[in-house]
Amino acid sequence: MQMSGISMGTAGPRRRPAWHVYAIGLALIFALYWLFPGNLLILTRIATIAILVMSLDLVTGYAGLPTLGHAALFGMGAYGAGLCAKFLTGDPLLGLAVAAGAGALLALVSGAFLVRYQGLAFLMLTIAVVQIMHNLASKLQNITGGDDGLSGFTVDPLFGRYEFDMFGVTGYWYSAVSLFACYLILRRIMNSPFGLCCQGIRENRDRMAANGTRIYPQLLKLYVIAGAFAGLAGGLSAQINQVVGLDSLGFELSAEALVMLVLGGAGNLLGAIVGTALFTGIHHFAATANPFHWLFVIGGLLMAVVFLPRGFAQRAVRRLCGNTAAALSGRRA
Amino acid sequence: MLQLSNILIDGVVYGMVLFIISVGLSVTMGLMRFINLAHGAFAMAGGYVAAVLVREHGLPFAGGVAIAIAATMALAALLETFIFRHLYRKTELQQVLFTLGFTFACIAMANFLAGAYIQQLPLPEWMRGTLALGSRTLPRQRVAVVAAGLLVVLALWLLVSRTRFGIWLRASVDNAAMSSSLGIDIRLVQCATFAAGAGLAALGGVLGAELMPLEPYYPLKYLVLMLVVVSVGGLGSIWGTLCAALVLGLVDTASRYLASGYGSFFFYAAMILLLAIRPQGILRR
Repeated sequence: MQMSGISMGTAGPRRRPAWHVYAIGLALIFALYWLFPGNLLILTRIATIAILVMSLDLVTGYAGLPTLGHAALFGMGAYGAGLCAKFLTGDPLLGLAVAAGAGALLALVSGAFLVRYQGLAFLMLTIAVVQIMHNLASKLQNITGGDDGLSGFTVDPLFGRYEFDMFGVTGYWYSAVSLFACYLILRRIMNSPFGLCCQGIRENRDRMAANGTRIYPQLLKLYVIAGAFAGLAGGLSAQINQVVGLDSLGFELSAEALVMLVLGGAGNLLGAIVGTALFTGIHHFAATANPFHWLFVIGGLLMAVVFLPRGFAQRAVRRLCGNTAAALSGRRA
Repeated sequence: MLQLSNILIDGVVYGMVLFIISVGLSVTMGLMRFINLAHGAFAMAGGYVAAVLVREHGLPFAGGVAIAIAATMALAALLETFIFRHLYRKTELQQVLFTLGFTFACIAMANFLAGAYIQQLPLPEWMRGTLALGSRTLPRQRVAVVAAGLLVVLALWLLVSRTRFGIWLRASVDNAAMSSSLGIDIRLVQCATFAAGAGLAALGGVLGAELMPLEPYYPLKYLVLMLVVVSVGGLGSIWGTLCAALVLGLVDTASRYLASGYGSFFFYAAMILLLAIRPQGILRR
């Protein structure tokens, strides 16, 4: 965990992840499964949303374009997977491919226009895109189900064997393994020369242009990749919940994803996952008491995050891990 | 024909409300480069204080509204002095996050203090009923909104183009560092502008209470609307904000009359179109 977090910033391109990245990732998935058998549903939600937040991290963290419209891509994928299961085929993996394709398509169409802008104009245009998609989905009632949401589709068992059960065991493994795979792929992409180029654009656009980088195609490529992964996250959520609501295209989901990203530290894929877990965990406990308490908590957290150093949660986790490791080794000695 | 005039009247009323609420945000964004997503909270604060004063304490409407606006301005000035000014140097993302968090806290606070229901603001006698205007009759409340909007435009125009403060303000919007070195008290300008913007938002919250009901989620619900008006109008441009508010108000009202099933589709489509043609603002090339 720690190694990969550090290597993110410093390692050169083209380095295969060390074996212990796989080991730790799979061990974590197993450990969470054994430790919290009663909370599989919330773990599944964390895993799906974490993919969305990682995808948002590409745009906002790596390329420095603040967006409040990322849910448009997520919702597009969710509706894509739902409609695919309803009319074409119930195969979950094919459905995921359709979802990713739908997300990438919307990213291509909207991104071709969006990434010409930056700063506030970009932010506002992304809001407009998500609102337009939301209104369209609510208007096209005969396709999307409108306010009632898209339901009545069934997803075939995974690999023809594992049925999606009501305890969410299959859903957990499906989403957790997908999250891990997405993490590895995105990590590879963002450590490549292309990923470094996007970070360069974030740091100094003019200088990158002067270096001979063509900004627009690079950003569009990044946006399409982000769209594919956001769509995939939406597809996962649709297949596991077997219903797609209008809120998956909502402004609120976009804002929440941004909050999760910033909580964990933008510009870092692990931070995106940690932030999602943190946010969803706090939400789970605070919102069961009173939804308005939750607003106090999240409002306070957001205000605190601005005056705390970047990637605070991640650093805290790292320190905690360090302390635990020290305590363990001390006990052993 | 009747429908057209209905659309025109309602659109202009809606546009005026949008203008009054958003113009303060536009000026603070242009002057301090500060993305203040908490602007709606000031509109809500004004509306809430006015509602409580008029309804519970039986103050006359005008007096209650005046006190509400003054209280909101004082609150805004305090917040600006102690909290918000530290955000001016932060990045856009950090400003967005902090003010969004502040908005969430305000929503929770409004719910905690006044409950989750809609606040009714009783209208005075002279704003109820209708006014005969030639062959048409108009609700007096709408006439009052348009009149107030025109007054605000006039007052802002006088303030910005005819007073010393207006000169300071325009100089600071153009180049804050240079105006500061010319001896303009930039902190005073920033603080006063912020407070005035909040006061206008409070006025807008009161006047728009019929169109945008006062409830705890008010600041979040209408936030996007304000941001759209400001970004289409161009940061720091009063005339641009007026233009954008009227155009968007008309588009939204027309789409509600003619294509009600589409929700705010056309509103956002118009915004994308306007921003694509004029990314710097509707009146700037």
